[in-house]
Amino acid sequence: MTGDEKHEWAAASTIDVLWVLYDRVLNVTPATVDDPGRDRFLLSKGHGPMAYYAVLAEKGFIEESILDDWTSWDSPLGQHPDRMLVRGVEISSGSLGHGLPIAVGTAIGQRIAKSQGRTFVLVGDGELDEGSNHEAIAVAARLGVANLTAVVIDNDNSMHGWPGGIARRFAVEGWQTAEIDGRDHEAIFTALTAPHDRPLAVVAKIEKSC
Amino acid sequence: MTMREAFIRTVNEGIENDPRVTVVTAVISSSNFPQENERVVDVGIREQTMVGVASGLALAGLRPVVHSYAPFLVERPYEQIKLDIGHQDVGAVFVSIGASYDDPVWGRTHQSPGDVALFDTLPGWTVHVPGHPDEVTPLLRQALKDDNRVYVRLSLHENTQAYPVGEGFTALRHGKRGVVLAVGPMLDRVLKAVDSENADLTVLYASTIRPFDSDGLRKAVQETDHADVMVVEPYLEGTSAHLISDSLQLIPHRVRCIGVKRHAELRNYGTAEDHDAAHDLDVVGLGSAVRSFFRG
Repeated sequence: MTGDEKHEWAAASTIDVLWVLYDRVLNVTPATVDDPGRDRFLLSKGHGPMAYYAVLAEKGFIEESILDDWTSWDSPLGQHPDRMLVRGVEISSGSLGHGLPIAVGTAIGQRIAKSQGRTFVLVGDGELDEGSNHEAIAVAARLGVANLTAVVIDNDNSMHGWPGGIARRFAVEGWQTAEIDGRDHEAIFTALTAPHDRPLAVVAKIEKSC
Repeated sequence: MTMREAFIRTVNEGIENDPRVTVVTAVISSSNFPQENERVVDVGIREQTMVGVASGLALAGLRPVVHSYAPFLVERPYEQIKLDIGHQDVGAVFVSIGASYDDPVWGRTHQSPGDVALFDTLPGWTVHVPGHPDEVTPLLRQALKDDNRVYVRLSLHENTQAYPVGEGFTALRHGKRGVVLAVGPMLDRVLKAVDSENADLTVLYASTIRPFDSDGLRKAVQETDHADVMVVEPYLEGTSAHLISDSLQLIPHRVRCIGVKRHAELRNYGTAEDHDAAHDLDVVGLGSAVRSFFRG
């Protein structure tokens, strides 16, 4: 799958990370979606939310039955998620490059509230083309936003690539970084739960198989 | 005290007294806020992230004040305003300085006559265009208490006197020939122009232009002998035309919209007064408009 159609691959590439996040990492349940102390997961790469919806359904945030007629007129589930329509969805996304700056804000907000909550944001390597991410990468580290974790799904989607690797872009700004196989659940879990006293970037490499 | 100083003082009061109030800046004016306070965040010269961070703070239950020079607050991160604030359905208080051409020596890059028109493309924004520093303080105090989306457009240009805020359009003169609506800092010049033409006009004043006080305009029009309405705005001409049309759709009427002209980019520096003259927004230009529109 190449070219303009990136939605289906986006779903395929994110499923493992999303599952590990909701199954073993995030401190949030359907009962605590409005709890100020919850962990917040922001799907910045709103493309391909099928995997996201499936995980939310499996974990009881949404009814499984609503998956069938998604994208229809009165379905709450669209090709890009809307936080006002889906319980448990923290941000409405779809346009690339918005989630990471917002995540810096929610993480600072959690810090101000003295909350135990953390912010996790998922971005794509193609999405990193958007300059707004690089504003946020720089400022998150400079402001010491240690309760922020960015997961970068790297399926080699960026048109012009990131010479030297994506992790270096974060490391040079002062983030703690890890590079893992984005299909390996133990590696994902270990990376996402590693202690960090500065923002953490986990680059999850996805090999395209078709 | 300038409008900017009133803004800084009021927001600093808010930081001190209200644990919800946060400030997000992109260098401009940052030295006026206590950077050691955890609720004061400067992101460097990064306006997209400034708005994104404000969105996150609002999602976390805080009340962000977002501030920069008008083109960098509104035009550069326009999609962030649309999506990170509006589409997330959170509130924030956006406060700009610079207006349409407060400092024309800096050229086109620092001019923002289209800011209110841009906010008009997005639902749910309250827009304040104060005409005096003493109007800034009550407007902002209310905005800090609320949860809605607010844009406050500050300017170096101001009227000699403040008027009460928050009550819809204020009628300052009553006449029979028609209605002039003066927005924010345009008021003094409008009053002088009406006086100089000896025009028998109702003059309405607005420091809040969104929501638009349709009832107030209709009432004023119904009390005149002619449903002729002139609106004088300190930003892009015709910005409020659609709302005047909506308000008066059941009344045959004439409308004349005055503001910063749309037809060309002026590649001139000079003073704000020079630009007022070029856009016919000085007393002479406004007098001429009053004379020609309210003829007969």
